[in-house]
Parts: sequence; structure tokens; C-alpha cells
Amino acid sequence: MYNVTIGLEIHCELKTNSKVFSTGKNEYNDEANVNLSPVDLGFPGVLPVLNKEAVRKAILVSCALNSKISNKTKFDRKNYFYPDLPKGYQITQSREPFGTNGYLMIHVGEKEKKVLIHDLHLEEDTASLDHFNDYSLLNFNRAGVPLIEIVTEPCLNSSEEAISFLEELRNVIRYTGASDARSDRGEMRCDVNISLSKDETLGTKVEMKNINSFYNVKEAIEYEIKRQSELLDKGEKILQETRRFDSTDKKTYSMRSKVDSIDYKYFPEPNIPVLEIEEEYIKEIKDSLPKLPFERVKEYIEKYNLSRKDANTLVKEKEISDYFEKTISLGCSPKLVSNWITTKILGYLNKENIKINEFYLKEEYLHELISLIENEEITSQQAKEVFDYCLLEKKTPKEITKEKNIKASSNNEELQNIVNKVIEENPEVINDYKNGKERMLDYLVGQVMKYSKGTANPIKAKELMLKDLNS
Amino acid sequence: MNIEEFRKKIDENGIKEVFNESVKISKERQKDVNAFVTIMDSFEKSSSLSKISNIPYALKDNFSTKGILTTASSNMLKDYIPVYDSTVYKKLKESGAILLGKTTLDELAMGGTGTTGHTGIVRNPIDTTRSISGSSSGSAAAVRMGVCPFAIGSDTGDSVRKPASYAGIVGFKPTYGRISRFGLFAFASSLDTVGIMATSVKDVAIVTDILKGKDENDMTSLDNDDEIYENLIEKDVKGLKLAYIEEICDEDNNKEIFNKIITSCETLGMTVEKVNMDKKLLEAVFAAYRTISCAETTSNNANLSGILFGPRAKGSTPDEIIFNSRTEGFSELIKRRFIMGSYVLRRENQEKLYLNACKIRRLIVDKTNEIFNKYDAIILPTTKDIAPKLEQEKEIINDKFSVLENHLDIANFGGYPSITIPSFEKDGMPLGVSIMCNIKKDALTLNIAHKLFEKLRGEENV
Repeated sequence: MYNVTIGLEIHCELKTNSKVFSTGKNEYNDEANVNLSPVDLGFPGVLPVLNKEAVRKAILVSCALNSKISNKTKFDRKNYFYPDLPKGYQITQSREPFGTNGYLMIHVGEKEKKVLIHDLHLEEDTASLDHFNDYSLLNFNRAGVPLIEIVTEPCLNSSEEAISFLEELRNVIRYTGASDARSDRGEMRCDVNISLSKDETLGTKVEMKNINSFYNVKEAIEYEIKRQSELLDKGEKILQETRRFDSTDKKTYSMRSKVDSIDYKYFPEPNIPVLEIEEEYIKEIKDSLPKLPFERVKEYIEKYNLSRKDANTLVKEKEISDYFEKTISLGCSPKLVSNWITTKILGYLNKENIKINEFYLKEEYLHELISLIENEEITSQQAKEVFDYCLLEKKTPKEITKEKNIKASSNNEELQNIVNKVIEENPEVINDYKNGKERMLDYLVGQVMKYSKGTANPIKAKELMLKDLNS
Repeated sequence: MNIEEFRKKIDENGIKEVFNESVKISKERQKDVNAFVTIMDSFEKSSSLSKISNIPYALKDNFSTKGILTTASSNMLKDYIPVYDSTVYKKLKESGAILLGKTTLDELAMGGTGTTGHTGIVRNPIDTTRSISGSSSGSAAAVRMGVCPFAIGSDTGDSVRKPASYAGIVGFKPTYGRISRFGLFAFASSLDTVGIMATSVKDVAIVTDILKGKDENDMTSLDNDDEIYENLIEKDVKGLKLAYIEEICDEDNNKEIFNKIITSCETLGMTVEKVNMDKKLLEAVFAAYRTISCAETTSNNANLSGILFGPRAKGSTPDEIIFNSRTEGFSELIKRRFIMGSYVLRRENQEKLYLNACKIRRLIVDKTNEIFNKYDAIILPTTKDIAPKLEQEKEIINDKFSVLENHLDIANFGGYPSITIPSFEKDGMPLGVSIMCNIKKDALTLNIAHKLFEKLRGEENV
């Protein structure tokens, strides 16, 4: 066994109206080569103009990652020739990025881990290339799309930790609203640095570039651990190199060694003055940060006694988590709200393929529905029915219960009659019960519920049943 | 001929007549001067009431003009027609000025001899056996030929001021950022400045007033200073303190002329004192300039790769296509500069070469700022001597350690406003004198230059 050390570099496209240095529209999924300006294409004489919203979002994510925010941030040029880079250089940050020395708390299984963030910087995306047999096509819609690059310290030790981190990071970014961070649309891409060693010193670093899904990150890491372990077992040396992960055979292949590594000849971007960021602005952004998923999960488990699984499900989307929190703030049992969301609501949203903000039952209505149950006005069984009617007829729970005359039968006489009837009809079951088969009670209560068509209050029914059986 | 004289001519003969005459002379002199890459064959009459409305002007061929060929005098862009207007061109159009033509430059504004453009050598219209230098060669020549009262150039080291001086006209490099660079083909972005050439300081002020101002397309453009330079040039200069740098003036071939200029300054009530600067530092100006400008230019011109811009050469991989396109497209001189720029930026050289050059730049600027703490302006001969014969040019450009031939770069290092005005003639050729002030003191620069210009012209006429 070897010590595995992993560092990640994550590229994430920011959600802004226009590109990071131009007025070109930031929407590269449109028809090819329609969303561009002369600046994106690097026409002679053009100059970059920094997008303020991209700056705000870069700072926002830096804050979410507990980073130190530079108050004098600078841009640099990274020079290399490739057809997807129209200017022949990429504007990025190498000396004074927006955020440095940050960290992100994550859950790895039941354990917590602090992942150290080296820096977060803002840069521009390249054009996208489609390769065909004997030609390639360029789409410049993506050229100049704002990109943040988040670089971790080499502090992750397994594929599980790497994936937990990526999932947490993706969630955090989504919570801030900086990006949808969808890797299936290429909005989030990852470079992996990995080294193995026998002792505490770091081994030789191998880099894997541009892995496009979390699943592939996991596969790539696991393949590399295996490959490198086998080499080390045989007493061979690991080459410092850049490798490419092939998702079809799930193996990595050498691209270039350290000696051939590109010298990007970084130097200060002369067209963008040093950007002074005032403390007040940073504070304003910090104050606008929402409560982040790590904290929410902790709170849901410790304060509301939810299971880790449910807590994780609830925080997956900020809007769902917000819905949960708002509903309980109106005065509902967290456990009940959680159950309603994780079973009925998420199922419904999924089936209808809609978002929670398009969902008819707003927090007030869910609160209303749950209150009806808690006040024993309707039964849980009835509540499910009411829920369906509400969505079908776009009416509030109260309106539905009124119109359809749905209510828990709290009339004791009526309920007593049903109980009597059930006792009468099930002498054998009662015998079994009296002979110690206590679970038969549930069956009998179930029968009461059935006869009442679900209108009976199960607690009351149980109460009456017990009274009769024990008399 | 200045703007006012053109206006008079237009009033007498009509715009069409005046435009056609300028076109005619420009075309006639293409053979011996070669000032233009493109001469326009039509114009649109303007109803603007600006001072330059319907006045013809020439624009250096490295300003983006939508729909009009813009070559930067490079084979790489010999067929390039821009899709957007530079801010400078846009403002001139809005003011109703009439574009007479796009002028020849040294390839991509690098070189400074007027001999490296893809359409051939530009000669000095005063004496075509002589150099006009560069890189704004054609713009200087056009004004000198009298086909337009003003022209636009760009100045990265001395590219407006030196040719203006050799042509006996006024050449002004305002404070860095005073005029938007948007649409000016970048040579070295931290040094590039739009410059104005004209036959008088007054005309330079009129045009600067039109071009200056904050531009949302250029983050380095300065906020508006809300001054009208034209109104400020007549201010009394009495009591202003000028300095000249002894180490630079020591090299002057025409000391008696410079002394006469000093006397004129003193007659105007200004004081002129000698200051000193470390000769070693001054000798490093050239090297620092070369290092920084080559580093920036190699990156700035990386878009000319044959993929989107420039003729695409053959090749079986993208790397090969880019390599071959650049090898075939650029002249040897340009390639040399790119290689130099690339070399100084390499990881292993950057500290020693590029960063050291930046440090030298800083030191020179600090030293110059110290002078500006005590003095209003620095006055120096623009060049060592009159425009050299073209065959001597090679010798002159090898004169790298001449501190007088390279001092104009200091204005670009610090972003200072700097202007050259014609002083006296020698052997029938003009000499120039330069005034440089602290940053943002464009009005003061023009004010001193105007007063001195008027004074010197008065003396000439006596």
C-alpha cells in the first residue's frame, strides 16, 4: 500500500450575461459561432473590458471557500498557440488571484475533512473544437466565457475524498448562484494531480487533464493508483508527466513528459489595470452568501434529527433546502416536512420535470397541509389525497378539504361502531392477539381504517381498539 | 497648411475641389514618397459644426477602419478589412473630418526607419534622399506634403515624435490613456499611445480635444479632464521652470541651436536649468525598451497565426499550419523581434531579462518623477541631428547606446505627455525640440510648446 496524494484543479464557467472581457453573449449552447464579438475573436486592435458581474461571482465563490480576498487583484497573459485560442494568449491570473488560502469542509462518509484551497482565479475559456476525420471545426461561442479555476492543495487521499470534495464544491458553487456547474454541459471540468509514495514525502506528480465527469475522475484516479502501485511494486520509477484519461477503456495514456512541458511565458496583462477591491465590497458580498450545504447538513442531523441520507437529499438543491427551512420556520415538525419533501414532493417534481419554484404547493400550503394532520383534522392517508387534489386542481389544502368534505372522523360514536364491527368480524384474530400475537393489533386498526375509508384517526382508532380488547 | 487655411480654401473652392486636389497630390507623390497604403477616392460631406468638419486628414494604417483595408503595412494583413471602427476613427468621423487615406508605417509599427512596410520605403518629402524615420512615416509625410493639415499616428517609443521632427512638423504624444487605444493594432500595449501630427501646436490641441476622453472599450483610458486644451495654450508661461538633462544634451550635434532655443524660453519668462541623470541608466533605456516592447509584441501579434488572421499556410497539423503561416507571413525583422520577445519571457530568462527591464523602466520613471517634483517640464533636442540620408539609416539605427537617440522612450516608460515642435533648420532640413511634462499635464505641455513654437516662428521670420 502506498500513500496517495491528490490535488485537483477545477474549471467552472460562471453564469453571466456577457463574456468575461467582451459584450459577447455568454451562451455557448446556441447555434455555433453566433455569440461572439470582435474581442472574442481577437481582431487586431481589440481590448479586453473586465465584466463586473464575473468579478463579483469570482469573489463570491472565493468567499464561500473561506479564502483571503486580494484587494489588489491583477491579470496575466498565458501565451501559447492553438487554434482554439484566437488571441494566441489567454488572459488569466498567476500573480495576484482573487482568492488564496481558502478551505472547504466536506463530509467523507460519516467523517469531516477540511480541504485546503490554494487559490481561485478568474480567466477566459477557449473556443470549442470538434474533430472529424480529416478536419476540425471551431466554435467560438465559448471563447471568452468567464471561467474560475479552483486549485486545491495536494491534500486529498482517495478517489472517495476527491469525489466528495467535487460534489461539495459543485453544491457550494450552485448555492452561490455563480454557476449551474453542470459537468454534462462542460460547465465544470477537472484536472487531477496524483502521486504515490511509501512515506510522508510526496511522490512524483502525474497530471491528468480535462476530465469531464465526476465518475471519470473516480475511474481515472483508481486506474492511476493501480498503475503507479504496480510500477512501484516492481521497483520502477514514476515519470513526471501529463496523461490523458480515455473514458472508453478507462485507462490513462501519456501525453507529454515534464521535459516537453509548455512554457507559457506568463507576463502582466497590460490592458487591465490593477483592480482595487474595497473591504466594504468584500463585506457586502460575504453578507450576501447563503448558508452553505455543509452547515445545513450538520444542522439537519444535529438539530432536527434527520438521517444523513435525508439531510443530503434535502441540501442537494438550494431551492429545496430553502423550501424545507421555510416550511419548518412556519411551525411544522422538521421530520414530517422532510418526509413530505423526500417522498411525495421530489417524486412529483421528478415526474413532472419541474423545479421547486414552479411547484404549486408553496411553503405556506405545505405548512397548511401538515398542520391539518398535526391538528388531527385529516389523517396522513387523507393528506396524500389532499396533496394530489391540490396539485390537480391548483387549490389550497383548506379549499380542497372543504370542497371535498375530507376530514378525519373524530366522531367517537361512529368510530366506536366501526371498532365494534371489526371485533365482531375477527374473532380468530382477537384470539391470536389475546394469545400474545401483539402485532395483530396493527391489523385490526388497519381494518378500522379500511372501513372508515381512511377518515378515521388511526391513533384514536388504536386507543378505542385497545380499550375494547383489554376490557 | 493648417486647419484654418484649409477651411479658407474649402470656403473658397468647395470641399470637393480641395479633397480632389489632396488626392491628386497624394497620388503624384506616391512614387517618390510612398506615404499611403490606401488613398480614398470618395468622401462624405459632413454637417458637423466641429473645427475639423470636412477637413481632410490621414490615418496611420494600424487603426481599425470598418470596411476599409487596414494592413499595418504587413504582408500578414495585406488583405485585411476590419469589421469594426477604432474609437479614434469613430470620433473623427463623428466630428466630420474627411479621411484622405491610410498611411504607410513600419511593419506592425515596429522598426522606426520607414523602410520596412510591405509596400516599400517611405521617403522624406522635403528631400527624398533622406529618411523620415517611423513608424508613423506616412502620416508625417502626408502633413508635410500639405495634403492634409493633420494626421494620426501611434507612438510606442518615438513613432510620432521622431518622424514629425524629421518632417519639420509638430508631433504630440499625450499622456498614456488620454486617447483610447481601442482599435489601434497593439504593438506594446503598456507603451502604445495615439499621437497627433499637425503643422501647429494649436491644431494639435484642436484634434486632441476631439479625440481625448474616457472610453468604455479601453480600461486604461483616463477619466475626462474637462479641459479644453485649445483654450489653454495661450496661457502665460512666465515663471515656469524647465530642465534639460546634461548627459543627453552632451551628444547633441547642434548645441548652438539648442542654446538658441533656451534663450527663447528665457525670453518668454521661463527658467531653464541643467539637471543630471545617471548615464548608465540612460544607456539602459534602449535595452529596457527593446526587452519590454518585444515581449509585449510577441504576445500581441500571436493572433496573426493563419488560423483566423493572416494568409493560412499549408501544414498537416495545427502547429505546422501556425508555424508555416508565421514563418512565411512576417518579415525577418519582425521575426527577430518576436524571437527576442519570446526569449526574454522564457521561464529561465524572465527574471534576468524581462523583469530586470521592468525594474529599469521603474528606476527611470522614478528618476524622471524626481525632476518633475522640481520642474514643470523637461526640454531636450528631439534628435541628435537632421534626418539622415537613407543609405546612412543602417548606421543610425545601430547607434543603440546613443542616449540622445533613445531618450524619447522615457515618455512612453512613464506615460508622460511629450511633444516635438520644429525649431531651426540646418542644411535646409528641420530640427525639432521636445517638451515633456508630468502625466496628465497635457494642457501644460501644449501650452509651453505653443508659446515656444510661436516664439521660434517669430524669430525665424525676422
